[in-house]
Amino acid sequence: MEIFNIINFDLIPLTLRLAVPIALAAIGGTLSERSGIINIGLEGMMLTGAFGAVYGSFLTGSPWLGVMFACFVGLIVGSIHAVLTIKYKANQVVTGVGINILAMGFTTTMIKVIWGKEGMSGEVKNLSDISIPILKEIPIIDWLFTDQSPLTYFMLIVVILSWYILFKTNLGLNLRAIGDHPRAARISGINVTKYRYICVMLSGLLAGLGGAFLSLVQNSLFVQNMTAGRGYMALAANIFGGWNPLGSFVASLIFSFAQAIRFNMIGYNIPDQFIQSLPYILTLAVLVGAGRKTRAPEALGEINE
Amino acid sequence: MKLKDIIGGISRSESVKDIYISLFSILLALIIGALLIFLIGSSPLQAFTVMLDGAFGSISNIANTLSKTIPLIFTGLAVAVAFRCGLFNIGAEGQLYLGAFFSVLTALKFSFLPAFLLLPVAILGGIISGMIWGGIPGFFKAQFGTHEVVVTVMMNYIGINITSYLVNYPFKAEGWVAQTDIIPNAANLPKLIPKTQLSAGLIVAIIAALAVYFLLWKTDFGYEIRAVGENPTTAESGGINIKKNISLAMAISGGLAALAGVTQSLGVYERFIDGFSPGYGFTGIAVAVLGRNHPLGVILTALLFGALETGALKMDRVTEISNDLVIVIQGLVILFVAAPEIIRSILKRRESQ
Repeated sequence: MEIFNIINFDLIPLTLRLAVPIALAAIGGTLSERSGIINIGLEGMMLTGAFGAVYGSFLTGSPWLGVMFACFVGLIVGSIHAVLTIKYKANQVVTGVGINILAMGFTTTMIKVIWGKEGMSGEVKNLSDISIPILKEIPIIDWLFTDQSPLTYFMLIVVILSWYILFKTNLGLNLRAIGDHPRAARISGINVTKYRYICVMLSGLLAGLGGAFLSLVQNSLFVQNMTAGRGYMALAANIFGGWNPLGSFVASLIFSFAQAIRFNMIGYNIPDQFIQSLPYILTLAVLVGAGRKTRAPEALGEINE
Repeated sequence: MKLKDIIGGISRSESVKDIYISLFSILLALIIGALLIFLIGSSPLQAFTVMLDGAFGSISNIANTLSKTIPLIFTGLAVAVAFRCGLFNIGAEGQLYLGAFFSVLTALKFSFLPAFLLLPVAILGGIISGMIWGGIPGFFKAQFGTHEVVVTVMMNYIGINITSYLVNYPFKAEGWVAQTDIIPNAANLPKLIPKTQLSAGLIVAIIAALAVYFLLWKTDFGYEIRAVGENPTTAESGGINIKKNISLAMAISGGLAALAGVTQSLGVYERFIDGFSPGYGFTGIAVAVLGRNHPLGVILTALLFGALETGALKMDRVTEISNDLVIVIQGLVILFVAAPEIIRSILKRRESQ
């Protein structure tokens, strides 16, 4: 049966792996949007992060420093979005799109400057996978501890931690209040502006880290526009997930499953263009399905209170 | 309708200060671009001189610049119309691919039509496909409340893949290249200057800009679109059907974007080529934002970006700077226009000194 060749057990680890960059950026999106700031710029933050990771690894020879560098540049791009939308009250959607275009132009220009090549960087040292002794002997879940990227574990920690903070602590209570009723939050003494800056900057950091996973774990180089819409998928995952880190994670798994299944469909005479479109079609279907069910933070996009 | 009315329209709707903001945004973006060139280790002066020469240095360079301007006018208008209705159409890229493909397909399949009919029918075929592709996200937004930004982005990837499939399999011409057969002569947009790329698409673009102006500011339908864009709640209580306007504005936007692909295919390549667009749809966002979503602003900005992109191609050949630097400048322009407070605070500081 061909269907069993397409759907098989190997898809599970692959799905988790491909979910990492989307989930990291999606949780970034959740944080930013819970504070009231729409973040279309996730795509650009991810792309700059992917570039920064490769450049960092190229400069220092250490992929870990590359990852740190990715977080740093993500933070910088996040700060640009934060300053423009919070301090200068810029249109959040326009700013996000501007950031994406800027990131696209900047990274492509810098490929040529640094490596003298068109479209892709040179190979750099990538971040190797790890296996955890003892745990990797456990049957059934052994794959979770065999040949996984350290960043995958980090992503899982981020998912749980951000969910815990958002729904089980005062910090999270404040943040949710800001997203729904910023004026009331301000009156009750919460420093709304400070929360917003931190959240938008963190979203840049997380998206940048997601980018690092693309360039240093799934690849060992930077390719022009290598995020290919994953930042937007992350935003969709955040919406489908109901602005909840756990929901975002599950939605990311759905999208990455569509990416994973592509690999198994190669060689079945299915046109490549259809296989390529699958994650995007699924994202679309999920968004339309989620449209009426989920509730956005009430004051999302309206920060001029 | 006279040019005076259009200019009058601008000065009524936008204060003069707002146009300063656009001009200062360009200046600031160019300065940062120059700084980047300097940091890379090249001479900004040389780079800009080469660009200027590449864009306007000869009749054929000017023709190329104008030719590059055509698709940007269409995508700029597309984004502007959606924006006036409060919608953000990032899907112009996918819409123009469908428009390009289906105008070519119409030209190939309807080649039996009398010569004078073939060109308009082919153009119409392209527009309709773009209106459908643009109308879908509008419909989704109206019916399900989905965010049009994410939907149009996803539809870009899907649309580009659909045309790529069609041109790689069922409609592929003989040979190695993923392209269709050449269209009949009667479906070609005539060249305005022989032996250059400049086609009558420029005239179509200017007509489209006039039509958009007329639609938005001289008809009830246009008034409704702008009312929804300015304040949906007020518009609804005034009896305006928001859902209808959102769907239609996106469909019109998609049709305009499609024309960018149509004029490229029928005017420049005379066939559909896989992956022909260098991102006209995305540049259209910058064109609309900088042009303040006004047809005249769109034409002027498209000309500026057409010149930048044509000039950048020469800069890419002659200097070691990549032509992608132009994308950096476009991104910066968008950010500055989005945050007019930056420019205002700079101007204020100047005044107080």
